[in-house]
Amino acid sequence: MSVQTASRPRSAGTAKGSSSAARLRSPRTAGSRRSRRSVALTLLMGLVLLYSLAPLFWLLVNATKTQDGLLNSFGLWFGGDFALWDNIARTATYDGGIFLRWFANTVLYVVLGAGGATFLAVLGGYALAKFDFPGRKAVFAVVIGAVAIPGTALAVPTFLMFSQMGLTNTPWAVIIPSLISPFGLYLMWTFASEAIPTEIMESARIDGASEARTFFQVCLPLLTPGIVTVLLFTMVATWNNYFLPLIMLKNPDWYPLTLGLNAWNAQAATAGGEAIFNLVITGSLLTILPLIAAFLLLQRYWQSGLSAGSVKE
Amino acid sequence: MIKTLTRRGLLQSSAVAAALALGLTACGGGGNAAPQQTVNSDAVEAALQKGGKLTVWAWDQSLKKVAEGFEAKYPNVDVNLVNAGTGNDQYTALQNAVSAGSGVPDVAQIEYYALPQFALSKSLADLGQFGAADLDGTFTAGPWSSVQAQGGVYGLPMDSGPMALFYNKELFDKHGIAVPTTWDEFLEAGRALKKADPKAYIANDTGDAGFTTSMIWQAGGKPYQVDGTNVGVNFSDEGSTKFAETWQKLIDEDLLAPISSWSDEWYKGLGNGTIATLSTGAWMPGNLVSGVADGAGKWRVAPLPQWEKGATSSSENGGSSLAIPAASSQAALAYGFLKYSNVEEGVQTRIDGGAFPATSKDLASEKFQNTQFKYFGGQKANEIFAESAKNVPAGWSYLPFQVYANSIFNDTAGQAYVSGTKLKDGLTAWQKASAKYGTEQGFTVKE
Repeated sequence: MSVQTASRPRSAGTAKGSSSAARLRSPRTAGSRRSRRSVALTLLMGLVLLYSLAPLFWLLVNATKTQDGLLNSFGLWFGGDFALWDNIARTATYDGGIFLRWFANTVLYVVLGAGGATFLAVLGGYALAKFDFPGRKAVFAVVIGAVAIPGTALAVPTFLMFSQMGLTNTPWAVIIPSLISPFGLYLMWTFASEAIPTEIMESARIDGASEARTFFQVCLPLLTPGIVTVLLFTMVATWNNYFLPLIMLKNPDWYPLTLGLNAWNAQAATAGGEAIFNLVITGSLLTILPLIAAFLLLQRYWQSGLSAGSVKE
Repeated sequence: MIKTLTRRGLLQSSAVAAALALGLTACGGGGNAAPQQTVNSDAVEAALQKGGKLTVWAWDQSLKKVAEGFEAKYPNVDVNLVNAGTGNDQYTALQNAVSAGSGVPDVAQIEYYALPQFALSKSLADLGQFGAADLDGTFTAGPWSSVQAQGGVYGLPMDSGPMALFYNKELFDKHGIAVPTTWDEFLEAGRALKKADPKAYIANDTGDAGFTTSMIWQAGGKPYQVDGTNVGVNFSDEGSTKFAETWQKLIDEDLLAPISSWSDEWYKGLGNGTIATLSTGAWMPGNLVSGVADGAGKWRVAPLPQWEKGATSSSENGGSSLAIPAASSQAALAYGFLKYSNVEEGVQTRIDGGAFPATSKDLASEKFQNTQFKYFGGQKANEIFAESAKNVPAGWSYLPFQVYANSIFNDTAGQAYVSGTKLKDGLTAWQKASAKYGTEQGFTVKE
């Protein structure tokens, strides 16, 4: 965060911004000077690493096998045949290329749902952090309460409501509920109150900037790490969303990848259905690639964003 | 740069808001009441010619070709074939749609065991209004009786699952074991197989409600009695006892592979000689061909083993019907699809796709019976299946809440497979739990 403000010498308040950043930085550098090694911790870390990577490794290994190879070879190592490219080609073309459609749907839900949720969270968090208005405490209580309610508990009431509005079985049924992210709002709120010095806003106003301009041109750049963090959270949640689309959608043309892969998996358990475990596995591998890419690309923002608001000054 | 980005973001979100408002105003209504007047076959024909958009919920893959053929024959009809989930998932979705009063399909695939549940709750249209009762004799006895409830016809049979014994001939030959014709011989074969190869099992079973009820059905048991809302559940009759006693021995002697059907392990076991037999419905060959390529040429089909030597009793396992939800506003058109798919041209389309029909005429046809199965070493397996379909004991019924009952099988009767509980006691526990649920649902349940 501090690096962010320093590297963007644009707004009038930069000097003040970096002075507050310096204050933040000092305790951290002092604490990490002495380096120590602990065998126990390293071992524990190794175990956790193994635990996280083993399923990925399994997925990668088994995506290279044919349906027969899957059943006839050792699960944690490559089989005789290397069928990854063939599997990918078949996954993309099976049942008229429906996988690609599911992929596009998921991207649509993520762009509109997670993008929209982030946008709303930024607006709301900024307003709550920087403007004084009656009812702020009440909003705070509601948001904290909403964080505590799992989305699963709301799925059925939401379904009944949406079905009365005639929205079930449409993409809106997935996108609209995804637009609300209480956690994102809370995060943006704390982040905004830390990251935007009120003095910057005041000087922008004195220079004659409108409220919208103050927000978009002065404050938004300061919020970038927080925005990316919220975006990643909502992206992961929307990308992996299963239960909500499960009850909302019946038409496979609107399925996200999670539901589609489950349908393929269930196919092996029906009379006359074709068992395509190899395509389910390859499809799963393809499904997680974009998330991995998003994390690798955005992780530096993620790290700086996560610590925001964790220390109370 | 940031400026343009945010402008676009703003534009995008306002577009979302506009589309939202549109969606809200455009979609109202839904949930029309069912048309209750009696319609004759002319009305069905008229509806077919007039056309419309028909939403069909089914997971059966062979219906895709049927829908294409149907659209070709009736160009004004547009079939929207939707896989809304397999089995239970779809029933939950259907129940949700019915209670919500919107999004109900015009046609739904419903397995025989689940049909009474939807029929009794008035979620389905009585096909009697279209003259479905005249189809008596068109279908084999098992499926036809399965679609009747309370004097009405609530679905048309799509496929059937007359049971047979699928067995790995290579394995039996290798160990010099005879293919069992009775369940006692089956037990003996299981012991012999275990002795010859400790890794091989005569069958797999981890507790399966559908299989258990089918076996009791074959043994002549009638644990379920249904007369309107008066329901009887009792697993102490002779048929149920016969099954429980024999199966208890198989469980006690560890002769059943602890592998659940339809798991990847199961597919593997069928191919590599871990599982020697499969007592299941005639729809199985398609699954063997696609899922157990390794077993090609090794497997054969035999009649289901008997409870008494020389008997020919059989049973049904699985199979589904197509039904019309009562909330569909185009029941006549939907019935046209049912008839095309399950009585007329669609039947052959589905047979060609590997499905097992429920129509007597097709089962008896020479072409069907003479089909040689490459997978079964050229055996004419349909002869055995068709014979089995004729020998299904009459008078079987499922509970009007069988979907729930089956869902609790593993917590009750299924315990016999994993703990010291006896299967007989497990069945009694299943009976009690089912009866309790039935009473809660407003049925008068007698145990």
